[in-house]
Amino acid sequence: MADRLYTLIVVLVSIAAFLMVAYPLYFIIIASVSNSTMVSQGKVILWPKDINFYGYEQIFKDTRIWQGYFNTIVYTVLGTILNLLVTLPAAYALAHRKFKARRVIMPLFVFTMYFGGGMIPTYLLIRDLHLLNTPWVMIINGAISVFNLIITRTFFESSIPEELYEAATLDGCSHFRYFISVVIPLSKAVISVITLYYMVGHWNDFFNALLYINTDSLQPLQIILRNILLSNQAFAGGAGSGAGAGAGSYAQQFADQIKYAVIIVSTVPVLMIYPFIQKYFEKGVMIGAVKG
Amino acid sequence: MKQAQLNGSQHTLQGKSWLQKLGGQYQLWIMVLPAIIYIAIFCYGPMYGIQLAFRDFDFSKGLTGGDWVGFKYFEQYFNSPMFWPTLRNTFVIAFVSILFGFPMPILLALVVNSIRSNKRKRVLQTTVYMPYFISTVVLVALLQIMLSPTTGLIDGLLKTLHLLPADTNLIGDPGSFVPVYVISAIWQTCGWNSIIFIAALSSVDSQLYDAARIDGANRWQTVWHVEIPAILPTIIILLIMNMGNILSVGFEKTFLMQNSLNKSVSEVISTYVFNVGVKSNQFSFGSAVGLFNTVINFMFLILANSLAKKSSNISLM
Repeated sequence: MADRLYTLIVVLVSIAAFLMVAYPLYFIIIASVSNSTMVSQGKVILWPKDINFYGYEQIFKDTRIWQGYFNTIVYTVLGTILNLLVTLPAAYALAHRKFKARRVIMPLFVFTMYFGGGMIPTYLLIRDLHLLNTPWVMIINGAISVFNLIITRTFFESSIPEELYEAATLDGCSHFRYFISVVIPLSKAVISVITLYYMVGHWNDFFNALLYINTDSLQPLQIILRNILLSNQAFAGGAGSGAGAGAGSYAQQFADQIKYAVIIVSTVPVLMIYPFIQKYFEKGVMIGAVKG
Repeated sequence: MKQAQLNGSQHTLQGKSWLQKLGGQYQLWIMVLPAIIYIAIFCYGPMYGIQLAFRDFDFSKGLTGGDWVGFKYFEQYFNSPMFWPTLRNTFVIAFVSILFGFPMPILLALVVNSIRSNKRKRVLQTTVYMPYFISTVVLVALLQIMLSPTTGLIDGLLKTLHLLPADTNLIGDPGSFVPVYVISAIWQTCGWNSIIFIAALSSVDSQLYDAARIDGANRWQTVWHVEIPAILPTIIILLIMNMGNILSVGFEKTFLMQNSLNKSVSEVISTYVFNVGVKSNQFSFGSAVGLFNTVINFMFLILANSLAKKSSNISLM
């Protein structure tokens, strides 16, 4: 009896959790191609109605979004490459039991997870380094996340047997070579996980741009999104909607439809990488976090 | 003579092994060096710059050049009318977030762990992880669209079901700021945060389940006596880590959700630092407020850590 009740509750909770997450996501998709008046009247519930791609058309005409897209892609690609170039070798070195200095280095790194200079000293440091209003601040700032370093280091420690290194050194293998030709190929799981973490971080980065970038042409997608989605800034292209108020604005009735489309266009790239890496998640996250 | 030779050869032997060691170590040093340089400049640099909180910022002299003024800026913050509101708002948001947000991933993990069919399990997990990849900007935009008092889907639903008074404005009313903040955070991160508990549950020895069943435990008792104890260390570690971040209420989301209507409850310490520090160039004052925040955070971390150590012998450090 008690067991049946348990099963029933498990089933109900999982269905509820599924619907609560899946439905809003599904709704954004159908709302982005539906007649916005019908959406706001609550008539679009299961299927899109009066299908049109007005929202998407407006986005394609809007140069700001493309500029933001371009900037974000540049920041994400270069930033993630830098992340990996810094994190992986450091994690390898710090995973070596014979590397005595790690007992000093690691605590100094971990300490920064809990204590920092704060927003203003960091801002002034970035300013003094002349990184304000440069693409570099979006790429270099956050070059290593200590959390990802711990995940990677723990993976190296627990999944790559030390005997392997000893065998390799007997064959005259240096650390560099061993790292590149043995460790990296054996670590696809953890590399995928931290790559995803870093990429999502760069793609969704709003804070750094808000603080350190003023130049319009350097703004990443998230700042552009804020302007369009939250500040209700008009579409620069003028959105030839016919129903628009003045030049440079778009009709309020289409506003939400454009917003849904913008949400999809900006989120889909991240969601597209995710299934490829998903199988490694639990392994990777588990390894890092338990020992964290 | 013989002795000297022996010493000599020993010496070269030692010297060689020392050199060899250094040879190996030197490669490791090169590999860890970029990380050290980065952390030194971008993490310890600002820590060194904290002294700004005790100095008068001088544009021409930079981060560490102004005159010492002691606790002037801290006093200015403690005496300012914004001190209590910012402190209270930060605490309220942080505590309510932990109180309601922390147990949810554990419950979800227990539920996911109880699903027998692998396919259903995977579908549920994939779905509940997904919101984690949505950016804060997009999440807040979604909230605004869905909770709009005129056209919002969720707003409309809640009002139709009479779960919400007809005149509520979920994105404007100060009273709804904290619930909206916390519930949306749970929606976004619950699935993701459950991963670690699911992973911990998957490593529970199946013999323990068998033993529990033989002892006549029902499913509830199994949860209570087998599963919860198995993930307790993970729960405690994560709780300590969350306690350590108690006052670092997410700047981004608060900042983006903030509007003129809800400012009385949404101005937290970090948004205040941004507004007075960066926007109005009060660098020393902003640093002092930020440092106050960090120190309290750190104290919470140590407190939570020592409590956990005393009560269960589990600790972070």
